[in-house]
Amino acid sequence: MARIIGGIGTTHVPSIGKAIADGKQNDPYWKPFFSGFDYVHQWLAREQPDTVVVFSNDHGLNFFLDKLPTFAVGAACEYRNEDEGWGIPVSRPVPGDPALSWHLINRLVGDGFDITMCQDMLIDHAVTIPLSLMWPDFNWPVRIVPISINTVQHPLPSMARCLELGRSVGRALVSYSEDKKVLIVGTGGLSHQLDGKRAGFINKAFDTHCMDRLAHDPEALAQYSILQLVELAGAQGVEFLNWMAMRGAMPGEVGELHRNYHIPISNTAAATLVFENRPRAQRKAA
Amino acid sequence: MRYHIEGTTLFDGDQAQKGYALNRMCFSFNSAENRKAFVDDEEAYCAKFALTAEQRAAVKSRNVHKLIEAGGKVYYLAKLAGILGLNVQDIGAQQTGMSVEAFREKLVAAGR
Repeated sequence: MARIIGGIGTTHVPSIGKAIADGKQNDPYWKPFFSGFDYVHQWLAREQPDTVVVFSNDHGLNFFLDKLPTFAVGAACEYRNEDEGWGIPVSRPVPGDPALSWHLINRLVGDGFDITMCQDMLIDHAVTIPLSLMWPDFNWPVRIVPISINTVQHPLPSMARCLELGRSVGRALVSYSEDKKVLIVGTGGLSHQLDGKRAGFINKAFDTHCMDRLAHDPEALAQYSILQLVELAGAQGVEFLNWMAMRGAMPGEVGELHRNYHIPISNTAAATLVFENRPRAQRKAA
Repeated sequence: MRYHIEGTTLFDGDQAQKGYALNRMCFSFNSAENRKAFVDDEEAYCAKFALTAEQRAAVKSRNVHKLIEAGGKVYYLAKLAGILGLNVQDIGAQQTGMSVEAFREKLVAAGR
């Protein structure tokens, strides 16, 4: 069966891509953010996942408002990145894991999640930047299954629903017959707002509240409505939905291994968290 | 959707319908060829995407509040802002009526 090694939550701000391309990792502005990945690199080198399930939101590369799925699961052999229109470098393609994708699709629909299935799907900076941060030599040694959550056009799926989506993915992974190590990633956030008179809004207290509860009490976070989330995390801080799904996909005993939180990166409160997922203790001997 | 969040316009069904043509034009800016076509003849490019008079005026004004009022969604508008050489700090400063320097300082201060 697939073994879920843990989860990583990370910001995906586009300007990180430019900073990487320009080699600015050690500049005073960027160092507090990039140094938060030293631990991630060591952990990944030790754990060596085979496949990464990535929960993220598209920003207008693959999806437009003509057809905008609430939840979409990639089922491609390969995922390409393309020009997003604002000058960040185009990344290399990433291999998919179609057998695992179809297993997840079958289980999710069987479980009541009527997702959209995508045999052709572009991945934007919300996937490529986290990969570049996790494996900075660009030799990404993994396959991916991207799962896209609508954070663009309201009504958005609720916090509780995204947690449940993640749980359904977690159950599907545990039931997968092939022996492989799977990492779950949730990207975006934390608090930020780009538009309106409240542009530049950042909420350190709420971000800290979310990070403190994610491992052990995600149900408490699932109580927030989308409107409350917009108010507390900012109009684009709703990307935390991807983190809720990531948390949900870890069915075991979840512990926080690492946290880095830094304000600001561009207009955003940047966060990097690593969680381990340990199998639950057996109640009785086998 | 009924709500009141200070300084925030939710991109809901009403906004999405209102802004469709404007957002569709901005979505086209993923292509370098289309970005060049816009720069070469802005009026003709807006006409090709059937922007409303309000949307054309908003594009002409370069005013982000007006673009949002006309139904623009910031993820798509960011592609237009990119053509105009504006990043998210520039548009943040414009929307809050601050200098870019003061807006950046406000972001840094949020971390203290």
